[in-house]
Amino acid sequence: MANPVDLIRRLGHASVERIWRLGFAARFFWAVLMHSGSAFRRMPLTLREIYFSGVLSLLIILVSGLFVGLVLGLQGYETLQRYGSTEALGILVALSLTRELGPVVAGLLFASRAGSSVTAEIGLMKATEQLKAMDMMAVNPIARVVAPRFWGGVISMPLLAALFSAMGVIGGWLIGVVFIGVDDGAFWSQMQAGVDWRYDVWNGVIKSFVFGVAVSLIAVFEGYDSVPTAEGVSRAITRTVVTSALAILALDFVLTSFMFRGAS
Amino acid sequence: MNRTVLDLWVGFFVAIGIAALLFLALKVGNLSSGHLSETYVLQAKFDNIGGLKVRGPVKSAGVVVGRIADIRFDPATYEAVVTMTLDGRYRFPKDTFASIYTAGLLGEQYVGFDVGGDEKMLQAGDTIAKTQSAVVLEKLISQFLFSKAADGQDKK
Repeated sequence: MANPVDLIRRLGHASVERIWRLGFAARFFWAVLMHSGSAFRRMPLTLREIYFSGVLSLLIILVSGLFVGLVLGLQGYETLQRYGSTEALGILVALSLTRELGPVVAGLLFASRAGSSVTAEIGLMKATEQLKAMDMMAVNPIARVVAPRFWGGVISMPLLAALFSAMGVIGGWLIGVVFIGVDDGAFWSQMQAGVDWRYDVWNGVIKSFVFGVAVSLIAVFEGYDSVPTAEGVSRAITRTVVTSALAILALDFVLTSFMFRGAS
Repeated sequence: MNRTVLDLWVGFFVAIGIAALLFLALKVGNLSSGHLSETYVLQAKFDNIGGLKVRGPVKSAGVVVGRIADIRFDPATYEAVVTMTLDGRYRFPKDTFASIYTAGLLGEQYVGFDVGGDEKMLQAGDTIAKTQSAVVLEKLISQFLFSKAADGQDKK
């Protein structure tokens, strides 16, 4: 059995390690921002990353959005019909998607689909010493490898979230109007009366942008900081998905409490 | 991957992303109708606003003519001061009556304008003089009970 002093020392070591890593992540974030200029000067690099994290995530985002919308339509109708207010289905589907589900679920999907692959790519580059080789050739790996991937994710994420919400609304419309037979005019007009462009839609876009920054930063950082072995890279990928999910949900709570303080 | 194919895909992605945003703004949200280019502000004082909320509608003859911009409590007169932004296309007479109504049984509350016959129109920043407070259900019930009790006493 470890004696109490040893236990306390281990606790202290773990805390210091965490704080050190947090500080390293912050300085890494700063370095990425400082080297972002090259990501935009050499646009093909960033475009390639938008292709890999954005375009290739399209299918999963669109299909998930559609199904979330379909489920919202069914469940919303089921509950609303008890109160005889099924015309409110449109506003229910649209508000839940634009405010919360769109940014959050798209963020979670994005973290597992694109974030993990970015971590794997950078981690493997590190394991095969490509990053070191770049450094030797006086090519800064943060400017050449990390910054384009970071900005590719940041640009893709709000677009993906908007697509998710739009597909969800279409899904809700399909179930509500086409299959169940809620009045088409009431569906859209209640939605337009209840959803405010700035208050609901734009706040959702801000949320998805913040999630994009968080997920992309976590993904590139975990890859860059991974232990350069097969096991280390696989652990880094796991950490990316877990940390991103926690970060998204925690940030969502903070942002929601600032944005929607019961004003309506 | 070929550069032109890549550009095509990224362009396609960005285009449908922006299209989705526009769809959310115009079709789902109220960017097309809710933001009026020209507005003016009116105020009204109520004894009791009930459950009136900021961003709630202002209606006249059932048509939405504005939004509630702000609700404050006036510590000098102990009244609620409701500030409304109204569509610049519509003008109302000086003796317009502002009342608080409820849409449906469980619905939201809104400010309704019952238009008077005055020649002079309300100007921007004016305060509506005639108002009617929200109906509070408890008061209504207690009034009813009191009048019933009074009836009972008369009969004895």
